[in-house]
Amino acid sequence: MRPISYARATDVFEAIATVLADPKSAYLAGGTTEIDLLRLDVVRPTALVDINDLPLDQIEDLDDGGLRIGALARMSDVAASPGVAERFPMIAQALLLGASPQLRHMASMGGNLLQRVRCSYFRDGVSPCNKRVPGTGCSALQGINRGHAVLGTSEHCIATHPSDVAVALVALDAVVHVEGPNGARAIAIGDFFLPPGETPRLEHPLEHGDLIVAIEVPSSPVARTSLYLKVRDRESYEFALASAAVALRVEGGVIADVRLALGGIATIPWRAHRAEQLLMGARAEQATFARAAREELADAVPRGLNAFKVELAQRTIVRALETVVALGGAI
Amino acid sequence: MSKAKQHEGVSSPTVGPLTMRGPGTTNVSLSVNGIARLVTIEPRVSLLDLLRERLELTGTKKGCDHGACGACTVHVDGRRVLSCLTLAITCEGREVSTVEGLTEYEELHPMQRAFITHDAFQCGFCTPGQLMSAIALLEEGHASTDAEIAEWMSGNLCRCAAYPNIRAAIRDVRHAIGGHGHAAD
Repeated sequence: MRPISYARATDVFEAIATVLADPKSAYLAGGTTEIDLLRLDVVRPTALVDINDLPLDQIEDLDDGGLRIGALARMSDVAASPGVAERFPMIAQALLLGASPQLRHMASMGGNLLQRVRCSYFRDGVSPCNKRVPGTGCSALQGINRGHAVLGTSEHCIATHPSDVAVALVALDAVVHVEGPNGARAIAIGDFFLPPGETPRLEHPLEHGDLIVAIEVPSSPVARTSLYLKVRDRESYEFALASAAVALRVEGGVIADVRLALGGIATIPWRAHRAEQLLMGARAEQATFARAAREELADAVPRGLNAFKVELAQRTIVRALETVVALGGAI
Repeated sequence: MSKAKQHEGVSSPTVGPLTMRGPGTTNVSLSVNGIARLVTIEPRVSLLDLLRERLELTGTKKGCDHGACGACTVHVDGRRVLSCLTLAITCEGREVSTVEGLTEYEELHPMQRAFITHDAFQCGFCTPGQLMSAIALLEEGHASTDAEIAEWMSGNLCRCAAYPNIRAAIRDVRHAIGGHGHAAD
């Protein structure tokens, strides 16, 4: 690992001022991605500002039914919070199906949103990669791309967004609260993840010095009947090949409310707007689910080894919807 | 749009930048297995390298050095974490526990005894990490069934595939302390 300098902050504004003072500095939270990529020489900050002592680790059940998660709350603590499991099961499930117990103890929620892609060409530090070195090309287009995205891709990057919990948060219209050089602001999570387009290096709207302080999930009664289904090569401790976060309410056989987002198949946590539109007001039955899934994947662009994901994603959506109906989504 | 409370601990936005330490060596004090240690290290040194290369605590193993295998599992402030992805300097003022700290008065920890009884290892390289994870698992209370044990031990790989015997050892210690694996049950 290259040499780095270090400071530990105990105050949000002190942390921001310290990062702002040095354009080559970065925040250090759980470090599960940051330290790995530093050692691989893929990211090259020369100074780390340790934010783990900032008072941003609270998990609050809000009176209006919403949830406020401090940016430094650990994945394991959020998953174990009774209010989260009861009111937002898909969030707790997505967290517990991610990483390993050790990593979940370390990784912060803010860091989870900012984790970098697992594309081996990005991580190897030498292959052409537009995300790591803009303009060098995308090695995955013709390479080993079995794990790569089929939605939200461009000719410049097809790396899959790796987060599970971000998929649930996108389905629930979470809001990312940021403190930074230009003051506090709130970013709708639907605007937070940027598809690669022509600029794969830009993954989110944060600027140098911006610090996520909290993630807020608005009250969502439908989320009580929700589920995160993750399909992967191994039963545990593996990234998704396809996943679905589904919340559903059925009244008299008809879908009265639905939230659906997909993971493992897109360059960003993918809100399935098209499928949601088709599902709303339709009969809660297999044919409807299959049609919605087909429609959501209609624009998928498979590239060689990942072609199977187009079908796998549809089956994942259908199974997730069927499962949540069986769980009690029908009233 | 924000209903958020102002976060606590925030002072005036006019505070200045902190003084940085390093990249050269700096003094760091931390506690390892209950013993206060003062070390002079660069900030880039991982907790794993500090333990193995400087403190001569080579029980904790370096498998992948990427956070993938779990061989380097230790406890920091009572929670199991990966020491390869932890910078040692971030443990300043914290309590680190390693496999060397499990024995008391030369008596093996019950989990160590159970691993021996059940032949829960072959080459032994992953064993310190398995032990630290297994002990934390019982504290966390996620050991009620074999399936649950398997899921909550999935961050510790064993290339000798001693998994059934590791689960048997954990089951045994769980039975000995009762309940679902939580020491307080």
